[in-house]
Amino acid sequence: MKKTAFYGALTVAGFAASMASAATLDDVKERGVLNCGVSTGLVGFASPNANGVWEGFDVGVCRAVAAAVLGDAEAVEFVPLTTKTRFTALSAGEVDMLSRNTTWTFSRDVDLKLEFTGINYYDGQGFMVPRDLGVSSAKELDGATVCIQTGTTTELNLADYFRSNNISYEPVPIETNAEAQQQYLAGACDVYTTDASALAATRASFEAPGDHIVLPEIVSKEPLGPLVRHGDSDWGDVVRWTLNALIAAEELGVTSANIEELAAAPTGNPEVNRLLGTEGELGAMLGLDANWAVMAISAGGNYAELFEKNIGENTPIGLARGLNAQWTDGGLLYSPPFR
Amino acid sequence: MSSITDPPQGSFRLSMLINDTRYRSLTFQAIAALILALSIWYLGNNLIQNLRQAGLNISYNFLGNPAGYDINQTLVEYTSRSTHAQAALVGILNTLLIAFLACVMATIFGVAAGVLRLSNNWLVSKLMGVYVEIFRNIPVLIWIIIIFTIMTAVMPAPRAFRGDEPEATMLLNAFAFTNRGIYVPAPIWGPGSLVVVLTFLASIVGIFAYRRYATKTLYATGRLLPTFWPSIGLFFVPTILMHFIMGQPISLDHPVLGGFNFSGGLQLGAPLIALWFALSIYTGAFIAENVRAGIQAVSKGQSEAAGALGLRSGRIMSLVVLPQALRVIIPPLISQYLNITKNSSLAIAVGYADVTATLGGITLNQTGRAIECVLLLMLFYLTISLTISGVMNVYNNSVKLKER
Ligand SMILES: N[C@@H](CCC(=O)N[C@@H](CS)C(=O)NCC(=O)O)C(=O)O
Repeated sequence: MKKTAFYGALTVAGFAASMASAATLDDVKERGVLNCGVSTGLVGFASPNANGVWEGFDVGVCRAVAAAVLGDAEAVEFVPLTTKTRFTALSAGEVDMLSRNTTWTFSRDVDLKLEFTGINYYDGQGFMVPRDLGVSSAKELDGATVCIQTGTTTELNLADYFRSNNISYEPVPIETNAEAQQQYLAGACDVYTTDASALAATRASFEAPGDHIVLPEIVSKEPLGPLVRHGDSDWGDVVRWTLNALIAAEELGVTSANIEELAAAPTGNPEVNRLLGTEGELGAMLGLDANWAVMAISAGGNYAELFEKNIGENTPIGLARGLNAQWTDGGLLYSPPFR
Repeated sequence: MSSITDPPQGSFRLSMLINDTRYRSLTFQAIAALILALSIWYLGNNLIQNLRQAGLNISYNFLGNPAGYDINQTLVEYTSRSTHAQAALVGILNTLLIAFLACVMATIFGVAAGVLRLSNNWLVSKLMGVYVEIFRNIPVLIWIIIIFTIMTAVMPAPRAFRGDEPEATMLLNAFAFTNRGIYVPAPIWGPGSLVVVLTFLASIVGIFAYRRYATKTLYATGRLLPTFWPSIGLFFVPTILMHFIMGQPISLDHPVLGGFNFSGGLQLGAPLIALWFALSIYTGAFIAENVRAGIQAVSKGQSEAAGALGLRSGRIMSLVVLPQALRVIIPPLISQYLNITKNSSLAIAVGYADVTATLGGITLNQTGRAIECVLLLMLFYLTISLTISGVMNVYNNSVKLKER
């Protein structure tokens, strides 16, 4: 492990220089595949299905970017990364982008030289406990043993929360969600804490989800979004505006069902026309085809469709839109205008 | 060599550097050294330049910033507001602790298995053979995980101890075996306990002094003094006497179930136990082979000669065979100790907070200072390994055959 970290560091150092100047967009086009870093397995966000095909909300973002750039939503190489390895892999150029429940923080953005290209899920940290523990608030967790994933904002928030509430706990650091799940179910820890969305997804994969409750406290802000390396703004723009296209499509009523019809000829709404490339040059400005957004939206649908299909209320995960509703519906989703 | 220091004067030509055997090897060594230096310089320069271009710099300032995370086993004062340097220190002490515990335990396992493997009892020697072959042929990481998984899956959770009809009960009301670790009573050092501890240390010294005296008497006069019972007596009696004389200053703090976990007492966490046990039993298998090789290296004639002098087999082993076997056993034993120390960096697999997990894991991840952290880690492991081999070499010199 020592060794890999060191070589990792050397490669970061070695690659970062060449990568920062190199155009990722050209590399991806030339390669014909998008390398997208996803989580090692979190049902609803990113996990391989029974046929080994990656599925999920975060996976949908990767596919949309691949469709926008390469015209093929299948042209993605998914690279599963743990919370510990994700940033090294991105900096080293092993992946072109990360889309894996990653919180946008100051130090990651500024000090780790990463570039967050938007927010695809507004989240916060929560706690899950077995129902028969009889706990109803996080404040009652004094002395509890808590499972956390290392290298996350979770472990820092946890320390802060317990400290400011003057209660003690014993951390059990764990590398992957799967391992954490196993430890939690074996009773090696009383509490599992991570992003509330991930808790819901983890709970949904239990045999008896009803035996576990998520406590009401949300102890942090976790704006999760896709990110790329610092220093390649062109590529950053592609990822940023692909995500915005998915969000704007929902706002403008463009869905995977009606997109073919809307994109066939200019409609009465100029912004829809600009988005779908029937008017203006937005695609060319990004260095992409005029129908880039059409491809991105057709890949898995607009933001709402991705949400409902993977993590929405009709799925086992059952997340409500909440903060992740459009600004017009009282949520925080707000795409800058396409003009 | 003497020919080089005495070359024929005045007739040196440049071509002699290649053609003359007196100079050739020096020439090639100089060229090799130059190439080595150049490539190191090239790699280092490349690294620095790339770092600069990427806008990264090497800086250890982060060590002074608050770490922000908690650690589950801390031998020194530590909170989430302590610095990254303090977190690294916690990790270092945890590494040293597990390395020490595992070295002691592995030696015990190894010596026992190595000696028993040569036993005349067919079953015992075959069992030891099976132990050695199974444990040393499966990677230690897998042993660590197997033992940890068995612990967490088989042992009861603390909540099983609760209620009027608990599923699990404590042993003697003092020991609790849970899937999070083993809780044992901890000593409380009351006033005057220092005297008791000093008495204990003094009796340990006493035991060694007495044994040395017994050996000397044996060699000088041939009179055999008993050593076993006096040693046992010295070990227990003075300390217990002193404990009562001082008015029982040392009492025990029993673990009790409170809230989610047991509190009080001493907790040996499941990660510590799994790591300790796995490292010891794995490395013990290698040490067993060293011990066996060492014993077999002492020629049979030695034991036969000792037997002819009328020595019993236990004494043949301890007075004749083992002292000579140690010369063969110790050098490979050093490398086993180094292996234990380095393998302890697998700790993160079970969430044990060793230095690779704190400095090389969480700190590295949260600060992104990969190069700095890894350099520090390398320095630490290098220092500790050199220290261990230094100390063991001193010991090796003290047992090795004294010639002339
Ligand atoms: N959002 C936090 C936490 C991220 C996190 O812990 N993600 C977990 C949530 S369960 C995950 O993706 N696990 C899947 C895996 O281990 O690959 C961060 O960015 O630091």
